[in-house]
Amino acid sequence: MKPFTYERAKTPAAAAAAAMRTPGAKFIAGGTNLLDLMKLEIEAPRHLVDVNALKLDKIEATPGGGVRIGALVSNTDLASNTRIRRDYGVLSRAIVAGASGQLRNKATTAGNLLQRTRCPYFYDTNQPCNKRQPGSGCGAIGGYSRQLAVIGTSTKCIATYPGDMAVAMRVLDAQVETVNAAGTVRAIPIAEFHRSPGDTPHIETALAPGELITSVTLPAPIGGSHVYYKVRDRASYAFALVSVAAVVQRDGSGRVAIGGIAPRPWRVAGADAAMGQGAKAVAQPLLAGAKPTEDNAFKLALVERTIGAAIAQARETA
Amino acid sequence: MANVTEMEISRRGVMAVGAASAMLAPLPAGAQVPAPKAVPVTMKVSLEVNGTRRDLEVDTRTTLLDVLRENLHLTGTKKGCDHGQCGACTVMAGGKRINSCLSLAVMHQGDEIVTIEGLGTPEKLHPMQAAFIKHDGYQCGYCTPGQICSAVAVLAEIKAGIPSHVTAELTARPMVTGAEMRERMSGNICRCGAYSNIVDAMADVAGADIAGVKA
Repeated sequence: MKPFTYERAKTPAAAAAAAMRTPGAKFIAGGTNLLDLMKLEIEAPRHLVDVNALKLDKIEATPGGGVRIGALVSNTDLASNTRIRRDYGVLSRAIVAGASGQLRNKATTAGNLLQRTRCPYFYDTNQPCNKRQPGSGCGAIGGYSRQLAVIGTSTKCIATYPGDMAVAMRVLDAQVETVNAAGTVRAIPIAEFHRSPGDTPHIETALAPGELITSVTLPAPIGGSHVYYKVRDRASYAFALVSVAAVVQRDGSGRVAIGGIAPRPWRVAGADAAMGQGAKAVAQPLLAGAKPTEDNAFKLALVERTIGAAIAQARETA
Repeated sequence: MANVTEMEISRRGVMAVGAASAMLAPLPAGAQVPAPKAVPVTMKVSLEVNGTRRDLEVDTRTTLLDVLRENLHLTGTKKGCDHGQCGACTVMAGGKRINSCLSLAVMHQGDEIVTIEGLGTPEKLHPMQAAFIKHDGYQCGYCTPGQICSAVAVLAEIKAGIPSHVTAELTARPMVTGAEMRERMSGNICRCGAYSNIVDAMADVAGADIAGVKA
């Protein structure tokens, strides 16, 4: 690990200012992803701004009937919250489908949104990777790509967004609230938060340098039956090959977002519109324009079948 | 060894991207470019470890795991993968189980840390330690301190009503079942494969009816 200086920030704006002031600075909250990457020197911040004392650890009601989740609420606390379990079950389900108990105790809401891909070529510093070292090429294209993305990719990168929590937030139309060094706040719709790789796969989110996530808001509950159906190589503690976050209403209408197949949580209006017409009709618009590799073409069929399984489970639990 | 590897990567990286793209600026943080060696930074930190206050001055890079083992000589906590995948380094921080390898010591200023040494002693075992012996919940023993810390926390998490991936009803209280314990222990790997006896030990401590636990 490269040496770094360290400070504990007292307020969100001060944290953002500290990150702007010091070149090569990064925020650290749970640290479960950042420290892993720092040990491998994939990340090498020169300065860490510890944000754990910012008191952004509450879950509160919003005037609009929704909920505001502090950036530092741990994954365990979010999944366990009574209101989240009752009104936003898909979010609880997605969180407990990911990582391990130890990691969920430390990982935060904002940190989970910002976790980086587990593409093996990103992790192996002997391999080229446009995300890790812009312009070095992509080892995954033409390489071992079983886990990797089938849609939303570019000629520079086929890595997936690895998380589960954000897939549920996508289906719930969450907004990401931030503050910058000047104290200016803004809300970024989750649909615009994670970027497509294009020619700059190392730029992964809409956040500006030094911009700090302060909370995530969810709109008022939409009812329905909430399901997070995750397919992976092990029964527990593994990243998704394909995951489906679905909210299904009694009449069969609903919403669906997919994880494990794209550089961002994947949701398409046409798929929501096709809910109620069977898994094939829902999968088709989601996968239109897919460019799978030989290794991961199985994900196309798996998406349709996992949607089918998720809808069936939603009916059972309705 | 680490330096040799690093130099090889840098050379290879430079050859791969070529002179033209090496001129591109600015590279993002974390990009591997030859840079002047940064100077190690030390900081003071106080931890409450197994009920005793410990004042330390450590390199900011030091993980909680390395402080416990190398500075405080509490070698019960084990380093397995050092990347949060195996669970051998599991300890309690502020009453919650965490991977001590994925946490910096300086981030635990004032925190209460409990390691395997703080759970019980050879003369006065924690009930979970006694149950692991009774049920033969280990072979080589390397993962065992992490397994025991995690097992104690798992029962507390179920009691606190924290849901898991296998909890059928999100709005109901989770129960101590074989499926619940297995799912919640998935962050602790045992290469000897003592899993079924570990679940037996946990069920014994929980006073759970373990019929079907091994299914």
